[in-house]
Amino acid sequence: MHPLQDEAFLFINLLTNFYHFVMKQYECTFIIEPVLSGDEIKQTAAMYTDHLKNNQCEIVHIEDWGIRQLAYPINNRTSGAYFTVEFKTENGGLISELELAFRRDERVLRYLTISLDKHGVKYNQDKRAGLIGRKRDKSKQNEEAPAGE
Amino acid sequence: MASREDIKFLSNPKIGQKRKKYCRFRRFGIKFIDYKDVDFLMNFINEQGKLLPRRITGNSMKYQRKVSQAVKRARFIGLLPYVADLMK
Repeated sequence: MHPLQDEAFLFINLLTNFYHFVMKQYECTFIIEPVLSGDEIKQTAAMYTDHLKNNQCEIVHIEDWGIRQLAYPINNRTSGAYFTVEFKTENGGLISELELAFRRDERVLRYLTISLDKHGVKYNQDKRAGLIGRKRDKSKQNEEAPAGE
Repeated sequence: MASREDIKFLSNPKIGQKRKKYCRFRRFGIKFIDYKDVDFLMNFINEQGKLLPRRITGNSMKYQRKVSQAVKRARFIGLLPYVADLMK
Protein backbone atom coordinates (compact mmCIF):
# COMPACT_ATOMS: atom_id res chain seq x y z
CA MET A 1 0.00 0.00 0.00
CA HIS A 2 1.20 3.51 -0.80
CA PRO A 3 2.34 5.35 2.35
CA LEU A 4 0.09 8.30 1.59
CA GLN A 5 -2.86 6.00 1.16
CA ASP A 6 -2.05 4.53 4.53
CA GLU A 7 -2.14 7.95 6.11
CA ALA A 8 -5.42 8.77 4.51
CA PHE A 9 -6.84 5.53 5.85
CA LEU A 10 -5.61 6.36 9.32
CA PHE A 11 -7.15 9.80 9.13
CA ILE A 12 -10.52 8.40 8.10
CA ASN A 13 -10.28 5.88 10.90
CA LEU A 14 -9.61 8.64 13.39
CA LEU A 15 -12.53 10.64 12.07
CA THR A 16 -14.94 7.73 12.37
CA ASN A 17 -13.67 7.02 15.85
CA PHE A 18 -14.35 10.57 16.82
CA TYR A 19 -17.76 10.35 15.21
CA HIS A 20 -18.60 7.33 17.33
CA PHE A 21 -17.34 9.11 20.37
CA VAL A 22 -19.77 11.95 19.78
CA MET A 23 -22.65 9.57 19.07
CA LYS A 24 -24.50 9.15 22.31
CA GLN A 25 -26.70 6.16 22.96
CA TYR A 26 -30.27 6.58 24.11
CA GLU A 27 -33.02 4.23 25.08
CA CYS A 28 -36.64 5.13 24.61
CA THR A 29 -39.53 3.11 26.02
CA PHE A 30 -43.07 4.00 25.07
CA ILE A 31 -46.51 2.56 25.69
CA ILE A 32 -49.07 2.42 22.89
CA GLU A 33 -52.85 2.14 23.30
CA PRO A 34 -53.89 -1.51 23.61
CA VAL A 35 -57.27 -0.94 21.94
CA LEU A 36 -55.65 -0.63 18.53
CA SER A 37 -55.30 -3.73 16.40
CA GLY A 38 -51.95 -5.54 16.28
CA ASP A 39 -51.08 -4.05 12.90
CA GLU A 40 -51.92 -0.53 13.98
CA ILE A 41 -49.71 -0.86 17.05
CA LYS A 42 -46.83 -2.06 14.89
CA GLN A 43 -47.42 0.75 12.40
CA THR A 44 -47.35 3.36 15.15
CA ALA A 45 -44.09 2.02 16.53
CA ALA A 46 -42.62 1.79 13.04
CA MET A 47 -43.57 5.41 12.42
CA TYR A 48 -41.32 6.55 15.26
CA THR A 49 -38.44 4.24 14.42
CA ASP A 50 -38.60 5.40 10.80
CA HIS A 51 -38.54 8.97 11.98
CA LEU A 52 -35.34 8.20 13.88
CA LYS A 53 -33.83 6.39 10.92
CA ASN A 54 -34.60 9.30 8.62
CA ASN A 55 -32.68 11.60 10.94
CA GLN A 56 -29.35 9.79 10.65
CA CYS A 57 -29.87 7.72 13.78
CA GLU A 58 -28.24 4.40 14.15
CA ILE A 59 -30.89 2.04 15.50
CA VAL A 60 -29.18 -0.44 17.78
CA HIS A 61 -32.12 -2.55 18.80
CA ILE A 62 -35.91 -2.55 18.83
CA GLU A 63 -37.74 -4.63 21.39
CA ASP A 64 -41.42 -5.42 21.23
CA TRP A 65 -42.64 -6.52 24.66
CA GLY A 66 -46.17 -7.14 23.46
CA ILE A 67 -49.23 -6.14 25.49
CA ARG A 68 -48.51 -5.98 29.20
CA GLN A 69 -50.57 -5.27 32.27
CA LEU A 70 -49.88 -1.84 33.72
CA ALA A 71 -49.15 -1.53 37.44
CA TYR A 72 -51.77 1.22 37.70
CA PRO A 73 -54.28 2.64 35.23
CA ILE A 74 -52.95 5.28 32.84
CA ASN A 75 -55.61 7.24 30.90
CA ASN A 76 -58.19 4.68 32.06
CA ARG A 77 -56.25 1.86 30.38
CA THR A 78 -55.12 -1.12 32.40
CA SER A 79 -52.78 -2.57 29.79
CA GLY A 80 -50.49 -1.26 27.08
CA ALA A 81 -48.18 -2.31 24.28
CA TYR A 82 -44.59 -1.66 25.30
CA PHE A 83 -41.80 -0.87 22.88
CA THR A 84 -38.17 -0.12 23.57
CA VAL A 85 -35.92 1.47 20.97
CA GLU A 86 -32.21 1.87 21.48
CA PHE A 87 -30.51 4.29 19.17
CA LYS A 88 -27.39 6.34 18.70
CA THR A 89 -27.45 9.91 17.60
CA GLU A 90 -25.17 12.91 17.75
CA ASN A 91 -28.09 15.30 17.57
CA GLY A 92 -29.62 15.73 21.01
CA GLY A 93 -32.29 18.05 19.65
CA LEU A 94 -33.84 15.07 17.98
CA ILE A 95 -34.96 13.76 21.39
CA SER A 96 -37.12 16.79 22.10
CA GLU A 97 -38.54 16.50 18.59
CA LEU A 98 -39.40 12.86 19.25
CA GLU A 99 -40.95 13.62 22.62
CA LEU A 100 -43.03 16.43 21.15
CA ALA A 101 -44.39 13.95 18.64
CA PHE A 102 -45.18 11.51 21.46
CA ARG A 103 -47.00 14.19 23.41
CA ARG A 104 -49.12 15.15 20.43
CA ASP A 105 -49.96 11.56 19.63
CA GLU A 106 -53.02 10.25 21.44
CA ARG A 107 -52.04 6.67 20.72
CA VAL A 108 -49.00 6.93 23.00
CA LEU A 109 -49.90 6.60 26.67
CA ARG A 110 -46.45 7.31 28.07
CA TYR A 111 -42.83 7.55 27.02
CA LEU A 112 -39.46 7.62 28.77
CA THR A 113 -36.15 8.44 27.14
CA ILE A 114 -32.91 7.94 28.99
CA SER A 115 -29.33 8.35 27.87
CA LEU A 116 -27.17 5.31 28.49
CA ASP A 117 -23.73 5.52 30.03
CA LYS A 118 -21.01 3.03 29.15
CA HIS A 119 -22.25 0.55 31.74
CA GLY A 120 -25.77 0.77 30.37
CA VAL A 121 -24.56 0.12 26.82
CA LYS A 122 -22.59 -2.88 28.00
CA TYR A 123 -25.51 -4.17 30.08
CA ASN A 124 -27.84 -4.07 27.10
CA GLN A 125 -25.29 -5.80 24.90
CA ASP A 126 -24.83 -8.55 27.46
CA LYS A 127 -28.55 -8.88 27.92
CA ARG A 128 -29.04 -9.43 24.21
CA ALA A 129 -26.25 -11.98 24.24
CA GLY A 130 -28.08 -13.81 27.05
CA LEU A 131 -25.36 -13.26 29.64
CA ILE A 132 -27.37 -11.31 32.19
CA GLY A 133 -30.02 -13.85 33.17
CA ARG A 134 -27.53 -16.47 34.24
CA LYS A 135 -25.44 -14.02 36.18
CA ARG A 136 -28.53 -12.70 37.94
CA ASP A 137 -29.63 -16.19 38.97
CA LYS A 138 -26.28 -16.92 40.50
CA SER A 139 -26.19 -13.70 42.45
CA LYS A 140 -29.78 -14.16 43.59
CA GLN A 141 -28.92 -17.40 45.35
CA ASN A 142 -26.25 -15.65 47.34
CA GLU A 143 -28.39 -12.61 47.95
CA GLU A 144 -31.49 -14.15 49.43
CA ALA A 145 -30.22 -14.69 52.95
CA PRO A 146 -28.97 -11.19 53.87
CA ALA A 147 -31.83 -9.40 52.13
CA GLY A 148 -34.32 -10.53 54.77
CA GLU A 149 -36.64 -7.84 56.04
CA MET B 1 -4.42 -32.52 72.00
CA ALA B 2 -7.96 -31.40 71.30
CA SER B 3 -8.33 -29.46 68.08
CA ARG B 4 -10.68 -26.53 67.66
CA GLU B 5 -13.40 -28.75 66.14
CA ASP B 6 -13.48 -31.03 69.17
CA ILE B 7 -14.55 -28.33 71.57
CA LYS B 8 -18.27 -28.52 72.30
CA PHE B 9 -20.17 -25.38 73.11
CA LEU B 10 -23.16 -25.42 75.42
CA SER B 11 -25.12 -23.26 73.00
CA ASN B 12 -24.55 -22.68 69.32
CA PRO B 13 -22.15 -19.73 69.17
CA LYS B 14 -23.40 -18.72 65.72
CA ILE B 15 -26.93 -17.93 66.91
CA GLY B 16 -26.28 -14.52 68.34
CA GLN B 17 -24.00 -13.42 65.51
CA LYS B 18 -25.21 -10.88 63.02
CA ARG B 19 -24.32 -11.48 59.42
CA LYS B 20 -22.31 -8.62 58.03
CA LYS B 21 -24.27 -6.55 55.55
CA TYR B 22 -22.72 -5.82 52.20
CA CYS B 23 -23.49 -3.99 49.02
CA ARG B 24 -24.47 -6.58 46.48
CA PHE B 25 -23.60 -4.30 43.57
CA ARG B 26 -20.04 -3.94 44.75
CA ARG B 27 -19.65 -7.58 45.60
CA PHE B 28 -21.04 -8.95 42.34
CA GLY B 29 -19.79 -6.16 40.13
CA ILE B 30 -23.21 -5.02 38.92
CA LYS B 31 -22.61 -1.62 37.36
CA PHE B 32 -25.95 -0.81 35.80
CA ILE B 33 -29.46 -1.13 37.21
CA ASP B 34 -32.10 -1.57 34.56
CA TYR B 35 -35.49 -0.01 35.25
CA LYS B 36 -37.12 -2.60 32.98
CA ASP B 37 -36.01 -5.51 35.15
CA VAL B 38 -38.95 -5.58 37.56
CA ASP B 39 -38.08 -8.86 39.27
CA PHE B 40 -34.70 -7.52 40.30
CA LEU B 41 -36.12 -4.22 41.55
CA MET B 42 -38.60 -6.17 43.71
CA ASN B 43 -35.62 -6.91 45.99
CA PHE B 44 -35.46 -3.25 46.93
CA ILE B 45 -39.08 -2.41 47.67
CA ASN B 46 -41.41 -3.52 50.44
CA GLU B 47 -44.95 -4.87 50.25
CA GLN B 48 -46.39 -1.41 49.84
CA GLY B 49 -44.12 -0.63 46.94
CA LYS B 50 -41.92 1.68 48.99
CA LEU B 51 -38.16 1.78 48.64
CA LEU B 52 -36.32 -0.16 51.32
CA PRO B 53 -33.74 1.78 53.30
CA ARG B 54 -30.04 1.19 53.02
CA ARG B 55 -30.15 -0.02 56.61
CA ILE B 56 -31.92 -3.15 55.41
CA THR B 57 -30.55 -3.78 51.94
CA GLY B 58 -26.97 -2.85 52.78
CA ASN B 59 -26.49 -0.96 49.51
CA SER B 60 -23.74 1.59 49.30
CA MET B 61 -24.84 5.19 48.85
CA LYS B 62 -23.78 5.25 45.20
CA TYR B 63 -25.90 2.26 44.29
CA GLN B 64 -28.82 3.19 46.52
CA ARG B 65 -29.14 6.34 44.44
CA LYS B 66 -29.14 4.28 41.26
CA VAL B 67 -31.69 1.87 42.70
CA SER B 68 -34.02 4.68 43.65
CA GLN B 69 -33.61 6.23 40.20
CA ALA B 70 -34.45 2.89 38.55
CA VAL B 71 -37.47 2.26 40.79
CA LYS B 72 -38.82 5.72 40.07
CA ARG B 73 -38.39 5.20 36.33
CA ALA B 74 -40.15 1.84 36.57
CA ARG B 75 -43.03 3.49 38.40
CA PHE B 76 -43.37 6.23 35.82
CA ILE B 77 -43.50 3.81 32.91
CA GLY B 78 -46.11 1.66 34.66
CA LEU B 79 -44.01 -1.35 35.57
CA LEU B 80 -44.16 -0.82 39.32
CA PRO B 81 -47.01 0.73 41.30
CA TYR B 82 -46.69 3.99 43.21
CA VAL B 83 -48.89 2.62 45.98
CA ALA B 84 -49.77 -1.00 46.59
CA ASP B 85 -50.94 -3.48 49.17
CA LEU B 86 -49.52 -6.95 49.56
CA MET B 87 -47.32 -6.79 46.50
CA LYS B 88 -45.20 -9.78 47.38
